[in-house]
Amino acid sequence: MKELLLIFVPMAGAALAAVWPSNRTRPWLLPVVGFAHVVLTFWLMVDPPTVAANAWFGFDPIARAVLPAVSLLFLVCAMYSVPYLRLRSERPNRVFVSTLLLVLGLLSAGHQARHLGLLWIATEAVTLATVPLLHFNNTPRAFEATWKYLLVGGTGIALSLLGSLCLGYASLHGGGSGDLTFTALIAQGAGLSRPWVLIAWVLLLVGYGTKMGLAPMHTWKPDAYGEAPSIVGAIMAGGVTTVAFTAILRVRSVISAAGEGAAASRTLLAIGLFSMLVSALMLLGTRDFKRMLAYSSIEHMGILSIGAALGTAGVWAALFHVWSNGLTKGALFLSAGNIRRAAGARTVDEVSGMAVLTPRSAAIFVVGMFAITALPPFSPFFSEIRVVRAAFETRHGAAAGMFLAFLLFTFFGMTRLVFAVVDGRPRTATKTVGRHFPETAGVIFPPLLLMGISLWLGLWTPAVLRDSWTAAVAQLFSIK
Amino acid sequence: MNETVNFLVYLAMGLNLLALGSSRLPTIIWAMAVQGVALGIMPMFIEPDFNWHLGLIVVATVAGKGVVIPSLLRRAMRAANIDREMEPFISFVPSLLLGAGGTVAAFAAVRFLPLLPEHAHTLFLPGALASVLTGFVLLIGRVKAISQVCGYLILENGIYLFGLLLIRAMPLLVEAGILLDLTVAVFVIGIIVDRIQRAFDSLDTRKLTALHE
Repeated sequence: MKELLLIFVPMAGAALAAVWPSNRTRPWLLPVVGFAHVVLTFWLMVDPPTVAANAWFGFDPIARAVLPAVSLLFLVCAMYSVPYLRLRSERPNRVFVSTLLLVLGLLSAGHQARHLGLLWIATEAVTLATVPLLHFNNTPRAFEATWKYLLVGGTGIALSLLGSLCLGYASLHGGGSGDLTFTALIAQGAGLSRPWVLIAWVLLLVGYGTKMGLAPMHTWKPDAYGEAPSIVGAIMAGGVTTVAFTAILRVRSVISAAGEGAAASRTLLAIGLFSMLVSALMLLGTRDFKRMLAYSSIEHMGILSIGAALGTAGVWAALFHVWSNGLTKGALFLSAGNIRRAAGARTVDEVSGMAVLTPRSAAIFVVGMFAITALPPFSPFFSEIRVVRAAFETRHGAAAGMFLAFLLFTFFGMTRLVFAVVDGRPRTATKTVGRHFPETAGVIFPPLLLMGISLWLGLWTPAVLRDSWTAAVAQLFSIK
Repeated sequence: MNETVNFLVYLAMGLNLLALGSSRLPTIIWAMAVQGVALGIMPMFIEPDFNWHLGLIVVATVAGKGVVIPSLLRRAMRAANIDREMEPFISFVPSLLLGAGGTVAAFAAVRFLPLLPEHAHTLFLPGALASVLTGFVLLIGRVKAISQVCGYLILENGIYLFGLLLIRAMPLLVEAGILLDLTVAVFVIGIIVDRIQRAFDSLDTRKLTALHE
């Protein structure tokens, strides 16, 4: 029952927001619903329900391992959104608030979908629901970004549907009854028709990989994250991509059951390393600090994909990394949003000396940058070192070497950009804008909280989280 | 029965080539709409016993692909006051050659894929592959937003054609969801087209270059 509330409470909130009369008080619905959602997910995480094997929906170990991270990130972003939308009081926020809540409901549905078709419907719906969020700023650049997102994302989603149909045909050809729940597909295992399974894997990886933002299907990401409000960027980078990643993990468990696990791992490893390479190169070149976050997100999607390729220990590390990346990246997005608003610009050619104008946001931005580039004691360090260890354990020494080299390049790229923004003397043009942006507690506390959680996860990873990741790995690899 | 279905698939393949070779947007929209109707009525010829569930799919597909979406696109076209694709990235003769080559390749590729005995002599799979390829050529090769949307729809038509192989096995929910999502997707794309037009005074996606890096 509670698992269905995770979907319906945000949907009811969205409906309420759509009819709520006041533009000023409407944003408060976001933290209220977000809080209810966090309470429900953490309750479910501590006290997991039993899921029937053939259920289409359910809070199974995979949902339990990642959905609370998305929920927590959403709550913090919702807290930030109240002062943010007050600053943007000139724009009507009815559509924004209700679609943001709708996205939360659909993300909950997507994480809990145990049926191939249902999973696809949820992902498609999330794609469409994020469209109004992306063009909230209503600028020509935002339209351009939204158009690219729709075209690239839409094609990706179409290919994942084709992949789902191919997997369905693999089951049918192998004598299946047409039951598309993951449990039934895994049970059919080696009975699935091999050529169709391989075609399905390629299409589903490309399709859901597009939603995740793996290179070379990443082209929508810098534009979308660069033009969207920072809360939207944070939720997309930590929530929408996560649903695509869990989709890939679920599909992969079917492919492994069909006996093509080795091929699946090879493609995941290759595409992950390629994503890291592309993002490292782009990070060395870009001059825009919001696009920087998009490239960093591509890098971390690459890390997730590499983790997923490295057996049980690797998947465990990847699930850990979903948490550490989502929450740390959230802090970066929110503090970058503050800096962007205070400076009125977003490239290093126009912005510098933000340590003087917005000292608190700049401090969080710098610390967040160190955290996301895997400096201890923040959680990305611990999850990434587990990925490296899993690589050595599974005799992927060369991959581990490349992984570390790309991390180093990423570090160079990001420090270059972040210190150019933070250091130096403020530009005269930004000084005048800066006065209108006081660093109130409302815009400082949320990113600070996320950094705190990131630190806590790294140093004192709670046992219940470790258990949930272990349980998810057991489900994915069918370990009894 | 089989002859009718095969005829409809051949018709869809011909319409693919028409869409690829034409510079006039109304022709592309027309080709896409007729293709949608041809695919939409196909379930009636596949299933021997006609039931309400099947009827719903037929009506929804024909109305969506054949009527609603084409009229939305025509409205967008009139609003933007354009009816021609002037300088595509991949011009018309090369796209036609790509499309024709793709169709031949689709027939060749099918030999390597295992099919159930009842599907072995149908043209669903080559038809689906040919439409998907056509969709891709239009998506990549054209610069007008409306042509790209048509390309996307032809791609979706190909996927629908493949889905017909599974029509007996897939539960109602999946089918309904697919139709709903398709309609909404294009509806949203339509709104975007409208907005782009207002923001840029044109439907030329080549002008969407502020974000190049």
